[in-house]
Amino acid sequence: MSVLASQALAQLAAAPAPSPVPASGSFSLTVWLVLLPLIGAAVLLLSGRRADPWGHLVGVAASVASFLVAVVLFFSLQGHAGDERSIGQHLFSWVPVAGFHVDAGLLLDPLSMAFVLLITGVGSLIHIYSVGYMSHDAGRRRFFGYLNLFVAAMLLLVLADGYLLLYVGWEGVGLASYLLIGFWTFKPTAATAAKKAFVVNRVGDVGLGLAIMLMFATFGTTSFVGVLGNADFVSSGTLTAIGLLLLLGACGKSAQAPLQTWLLDAMEGPTPVSALIHAATMVTAGVYLVVRSGPIFDLAPDARLAVTIVGAVTLSMGALIGCAKDDIKKVLAASTMSQIGYMVLAAGLGPAGYAIAILHLLTHGFFKAGMFLGAGSVMHALDDEVDMRRYGGLRKVMPITFVTFGLGYLAIIGLPPFSGFFSKDKIIEAAFDKGGTSGWVLGTTALVAAGVTAFYMTRLMAMTFFGEARWAKGAHPHEAPSVMTAPMVVLAIGSVCAGGLLVLGGSLQNWLEPVVGQSVEVGAHTISPTVLTLITLLVVGGGVAGGWVVFGRRSIPVTAPAAGPLVVAARRDLYGDAANEALLMRPGQWLTRWLVWFDGRGVDGFVNGLAATIGGGSARLRRWQTGFVRSYALSMFGGAALVVAAVLVVRL
Amino acid sequence: MSPDWWLYLSAALFSVGAAGVLLRRNAIVVFMCVELMLNAVNLTLVTFSRINGDLDGQIIAFFVMVVAAAEVVVGLAIIVTIFRTRRTASLDEANLLKY
Amino acid sequence: MTSFPWLTTIGLVPTLGAVAVLAAPKTREQAAKSVALGTSLLTLVLTIVACVRYDAGGSRFQLVESHSWIPAFGVRYALGVDGIALSLIALSAVLVPIVILASWWDAEDGERSVRTFFALILVLETMMIGVFAATDVFLFYVFFEAMLIPMYFLIGSYGGAQRSYAAVKFLLYSLFGGLLMLAAVIGLYVVGNQQLAGSIGSFDFQTLVNIHITPGVEKALFLGFFIAFAIKAPLWPFHTWLPDAAAEAPTGAAVLLVGVLDKVGTFGMLRYCLPLFPDASHYFAPVVITLAIIGIFYGALLAMGQPDLKRLVAYTSVAHFGFIALGVFAFTSQAQAGATLYMVNHGFSTGALFLLVGFLIHRRHSRLVGDYGGVQQVAPWLAGAFMVAGLSSLALPGLNSFVSEFLVLVGTFTRYRTAAVIATVGIVLAALYILLVIQRTMHGPLRAGLEHTPDLSLREAWVIAPVLAIIVALGVYPKPLLDVITPSVKATMHDTGTTDPAPKLPVAQEGDK
Repeated sequence: MSVLASQALAQLAAAPAPSPVPASGSFSLTVWLVLLPLIGAAVLLLSGRRADPWGHLVGVAASVASFLVAVVLFFSLQGHAGDERSIGQHLFSWVPVAGFHVDAGLLLDPLSMAFVLLITGVGSLIHIYSVGYMSHDAGRRRFFGYLNLFVAAMLLLVLADGYLLLYVGWEGVGLASYLLIGFWTFKPTAATAAKKAFVVNRVGDVGLGLAIMLMFATFGTTSFVGVLGNADFVSSGTLTAIGLLLLLGACGKSAQAPLQTWLLDAMEGPTPVSALIHAATMVTAGVYLVVRSGPIFDLAPDARLAVTIVGAVTLSMGALIGCAKDDIKKVLAASTMSQIGYMVLAAGLGPAGYAIAILHLLTHGFFKAGMFLGAGSVMHALDDEVDMRRYGGLRKVMPITFVTFGLGYLAIIGLPPFSGFFSKDKIIEAAFDKGGTSGWVLGTTALVAAGVTAFYMTRLMAMTFFGEARWAKGAHPHEAPSVMTAPMVVLAIGSVCAGGLLVLGGSLQNWLEPVVGQSVEVGAHTISPTVLTLITLLVVGGGVAGGWVVFGRRSIPVTAPAAGPLVVAARRDLYGDAANEALLMRPGQWLTRWLVWFDGRGVDGFVNGLAATIGGGSARLRRWQTGFVRSYALSMFGGAALVVAAVLVVRL
Repeated sequence: MSPDWWLYLSAALFSVGAAGVLLRRNAIVVFMCVELMLNAVNLTLVTFSRINGDLDGQIIAFFVMVVAAAEVVVGLAIIVTIFRTRRTASLDEANLLKY
Repeated sequence: MTSFPWLTTIGLVPTLGAVAVLAAPKTREQAAKSVALGTSLLTLVLTIVACVRYDAGGSRFQLVESHSWIPAFGVRYALGVDGIALSLIALSAVLVPIVILASWWDAEDGERSVRTFFALILVLETMMIGVFAATDVFLFYVFFEAMLIPMYFLIGSYGGAQRSYAAVKFLLYSLFGGLLMLAAVIGLYVVGNQQLAGSIGSFDFQTLVNIHITPGVEKALFLGFFIAFAIKAPLWPFHTWLPDAAAEAPTGAAVLLVGVLDKVGTFGMLRYCLPLFPDASHYFAPVVITLAIIGIFYGALLAMGQPDLKRLVAYTSVAHFGFIALGVFAFTSQAQAGATLYMVNHGFSTGALFLLVGFLIHRRHSRLVGDYGGVQQVAPWLAGAFMVAGLSSLALPGLNSFVSEFLVLVGTFTRYRTAAVIATVGIVLAALYILLVIQRTMHGPLRAGLEHTPDLSLREAWVIAPVLAIIVALGVYPKPLLDVITPSVKATMHDTGTTDPAPKLPVAQEGDK
């Protein structure tokens, strides 16, 4: 790293984190952001069947109301100067024990505001969409209850003013995700996928939990102000440890390698869930965590490097898997993994990348949610068919879905002026600008993966909307009702414009600056931005062309053809599950069985054996009890004689 | 006369009684031997009472006599019952109270 | 003592109720049940009043009573509560009415009469309150042992098929520990007697805390107490009586057994082992922590492997007691406050699990996990309640156990870093065993024969609702309880002569603003 950069970093680090301004006026509404959906969830889940007819309306209302509060708060926040855009709302003293004081308090600053708008905005759209999507499901009320619970937990996650409260939201979204993945509990696959998601997330949570403990042991507090503001007084070894533990947490929640395996299975849940939780919001929590903890990562370059490596590995894995899957939702899930990999990569680049990571997160929130809803619309039309080999030619029967999906497609492959272009291009650029070997490796990975992204998304488009119809017998695809298409249209508009609007005049960067610091230009550009953009576009164009040549121009067989080892590996999620099974599950099951045996035969066997020994011994001893009075008399005499002898011996 | 002689006598009586209890089979005889032992102990107690010059030993001797009388009542009753049911008073025949 | 004897009253009311229940004629069994419920509710009200009268910032022991009992040995009938004891008494007082209501129809086909069942539960309540309230070591020992008797009859007379095996095993294990403790109690008295020259000796807790014991003797006495408590708690490897006893006991007794009785073990470690034998406690801490960590993993893995629902819950408790013991022996105020809070929380979360498992078994008459599946479709409220109880057991943030578990871990982390890291991995297993059992019983396709499973009845809903409400309330706002517990834990820390490790970087306390 150049001297210049380290100086810039040092300056950054020296600036203390601003203490939040106590909430007053309209900011006292902040808590309602969380409370409204929470109340909605409580009402829906506790009122029972009598709420079935109107339950979904309560759910939508709670989410939309929360969004309106968010909008009010956004404009209030804009009314403040940059340095004072950090509003703290103290709620109550939560865990006060001796030196360990944790308060329940909320922190509304530009970073959390951006998330709040995304969560409530996209969340409300998906609530509305679900009204149509779940209209035939008997459990619709419960579904909305869980969705509201999710929104509340996610808002708590991004609004918490300390790591422990963040952890509450962190596991809260995990719970909501568990409940929603396993929403159709009668499906064993769904129940298993839900459990898997929760457990894998728990592995990540161990990391986050340990990070919080280490923070307490080091800083004596777990609040953002206390930890982040004092990061530069702590040795870099400790910071690296905290950073790596936080990264483990982020890996779990954001489905990054090596904890990525749950996300593909999570597609067992209803499609709106995939759109909201497993694309737009929850899975990006890891990125939020890294960006929020920026002051720690700034001072721990080793941890940052680990972050970028995880991002790069995952974005490549996701892209590879996306090329081979036939299940439309799994393709989108793999693509989500890959896109979050981009964000993590960007976040790992340090101050240069935080704002870009958030930018990509926001644009991704729009286009990926839109595409998931589109996929849901397609499934809805084809009787919940998810196999793309059973699709084809849908663009004529489902024009709105086609157009909105298409716009999302153009956004994700990064075609200008669609939103993905602005964010992804920047990430590739920033990766190259990191400099050194690592910069080249990361940049090239990101660049190549952009091409692969274009390839598999083109494949998806071609197999779904183009070509001849390969629908199952008796399928009558139709366009979705307007309650479903309207959110898709809004999200599509977002996919088109969001990127441009957020970049225009550096608006997002300026907005986030009080939190993530000024975006530092690290050294000189490795490749000039214009050239790099052109190269990227060329690679993307190549990907599109390749995808079209292979899948658009040829007819698609209804069953998947045999393929080479790479494709087979990708179809099997690059053996992530197989590895888990071989390394953890089988030994775990074996150990459990052995322990059950050991507990019964070993521990309990020892105790029962002891009892049996005593019992056997006494069975022998009782033979002395012959029943002959004279033998008893003899033993009494013997005993008396012994006593007398003993007394005499002691006397003498 | 030295009180020691009384002690020697009671020791002799006690030994006779003990031998009887251990060696004889007939319940009645064993029973009488037990009585002999008790009386030997009584004799010792009284002797010690005399040696010490107080009444403690004599009081205990009276206790022993009372208990012995009660014991005779119960014991004889048991022996009689056994004899009635088994037509014998041999101790070696009565061993039901075992493990 | 001019003030009103609150603790004696609270302790005595259930016994009087038990007498009344027993005195009821055989034809009026339903009335007897109502009397039992009424008595337990009265006890609860009295306990709440006592809690209100307790001043968290006041002296260490409050509501004290002291009367001479056996003057020859200086034994006194001395009661008093600190925050630790008070919260556990409150736990017992809350759980007993719930258990009585839950067991309303459980004693009908027992070996003894229905009245006896409820009388035994009330007597047990007296013992539980006494054991926590005693401040005289001898009195504590008396309650500690006497507590076994009602539980022995509850298991042995109203339990499942293997009840007599389980009851005897429970009794023998506990008596074995109790005898070791008796020896140690006598030893302690003798040592105290030598030092308190001129007096007749004392069993008074606070007097004994201040005596000095030579290291070798201290270790021996510590082991006497500790093994008794480790069996009671139970810690690995003294745990095998628990699954048998809890599985064979009727549901209500299982709730009290695991929810309250076992807490006497961990309570004893915190209240007696540490202050009385501080140096020995420090000396043996690494051993205890090792056992605790083994227990966390061992309990979790065995819970996963259990085909029997009640045994499964019992094994989860072995894991939880591992956490509690870890917290007690971490010697930081966070960990010990967390451990105390954990005792209360575990009473509620595992109590809820036992109750719900009991409801489930009542419907199908089978304890086997494999006989269930898809219950959520026919009994959504039951499944929902089970989910909340399960989530509490796996320490989901926002529910009660999280606060305590995290406090234990963070407190341990500041002193025994490796132990805390290993123990934290245990939370993954906690998620696994709970979610596995939920998946196997509640999710998946509906099992044949369960089509007409009724959902929670009104009585069952009244039983489980308060527990779940407490589970949520203590997760969101544990402050009142922590405020009571913390000063007592600080006093315990003071007795052991330990201070919290300071953070590397002292930061102004944000929490104090």
